[in-house]
Amino acid sequence: MEPERILRFTRTERALHWVHAVSFFAMLATGIVMFFSTLAEAIGRRPLVKDVHLLTAVVWVVALAGVIGFGNRAALRRTWAEVESIDADDRAWLAFRRPVAQGRFNAGQKINTIVTVAFALLFALSGLFLWLGERNHAFRFDGTGALHDLLTFASVVLVVGHLYLALIHPSTRHAMRGMTSGQVDLEWAQRHHPKWVAQVERAADPLPTSGSDQPG
Amino acid sequence: MDDRAIGRGAFLGLVGTGVLGLFFARDLTSAARRVLPSQVDGFVPGSNWRIYTVAASMPKIAADDLRVTVDGLVDRPGTFTLADLQQVGSTAQVSDFHCVTGWTVEDVRWVGVTLRDLLGHVGAQPGAKAVRFISAEKPYEDSLTRDQAMLGDVMLAWQMDGAPLAREHGGPLRLVMPAMYGYKSVKWVTHIRLESTPQPGFWERNGYDADAWVGRSNGA
Repeated sequence: MEPERILRFTRTERALHWVHAVSFFAMLATGIVMFFSTLAEAIGRRPLVKDVHLLTAVVWVVALAGVIGFGNRAALRRTWAEVESIDADDRAWLAFRRPVAQGRFNAGQKINTIVTVAFALLFALSGLFLWLGERNHAFRFDGTGALHDLLTFASVVLVVGHLYLALIHPSTRHAMRGMTSGQVDLEWAQRHHPKWVAQVERAADPLPTSGSDQPG
Repeated sequence: MDDRAIGRGAFLGLVGTGVLGLFFARDLTSAARRVLPSQVDGFVPGSNWRIYTVAASMPKIAADDLRVTVDGLVDRPGTFTLADLQQVGSTAQVSDFHCVTGWTVEDVRWVGVTLRDLLGHVGAQPGAKAVRFISAEKPYEDSLTRDQAMLGDVMLAWQMDGAPLAREHGGPLRLVMPAMYGYKSVKWVTHIRLESTPQPGFWERNGYDADAWVGRSNGA
């Protein structure tokens, strides 16, 4: 028998994730070539490598805007509201006072999402000014290049952790299903994200189980 | 504080810090470079050399095989070996190297012949208003106006930081134009031509600003 499942990510959220993920690795590949001298010397052709990097960046921004523009914005707003909300349980989780019941996202996932979105904005902004700054030096700021590189370093650390949790770590790797099919096993969700399951069940079954809190 | 304000604050704080980083991140990394061991220099953003090449592979020229042709609007055109150039003049200078893509190497020690000496040696004609530097790395080239080239710190360098100029830095001979961004400082120079008007350089033809003077944005 198929296990009972629960929807964790809508198509819009998954599309946003995968557009960002694929673009990140594509830009990382060309970015690394431009950053490390040994690779730059071996491969050369900087104008070509740079054009590929810039083209990928344009595709990335346009695709993200398309997903947000044509996707389920209500779902995105709901997810972002949950991500931004660091409640008392999340704070306990962050302070290693565990186990503590978690919602759809645990505090680590919330922070990873906040950092990823902020970094995406900063990557786009610093990249734009790197491009503009070459064309008109009034837009060349002293820290832009260093910021772009520092963001890359920090992102690689985050991504390595993210890949470990998504692909290897036994108690979290089931979550990968949520980002491919959208659904996770209800039994897994109840163990790892009980507050979320309770919330979904309340929403699906608005009738209260006891009469005590019924409005008079 | 309500729960949502925490996440919102973290997000805005991060973005705000990043925006400040557009202006100050290199101050941070150049301070880091001073305290970190030199083995990790290559990993520190913004304050160390990066190697940019436009062709599939870098020119490989042995110092003894170098021949630099100087022609165009000059009274005494000729082809120079490295030893010939060293006879024309040898000057040392320390200057900062600024790349337009956001990195700066401070206090680079160069030894070379100034353009002032070289142009005097070959007898630049009054009509020569531009100096065109053509690289062995095709199709890289760049031009300076004659006035720019005559600034005292513009040189063809064969030595960097006490060692013969390395291949990846344009060895055996590169132009050094410290007052302008690095794309003016042509590497692997093998042909210098004096002309009546400056031609757009390689990166300028690819959209770079024709005004290459290093600006105030570098704290210079």
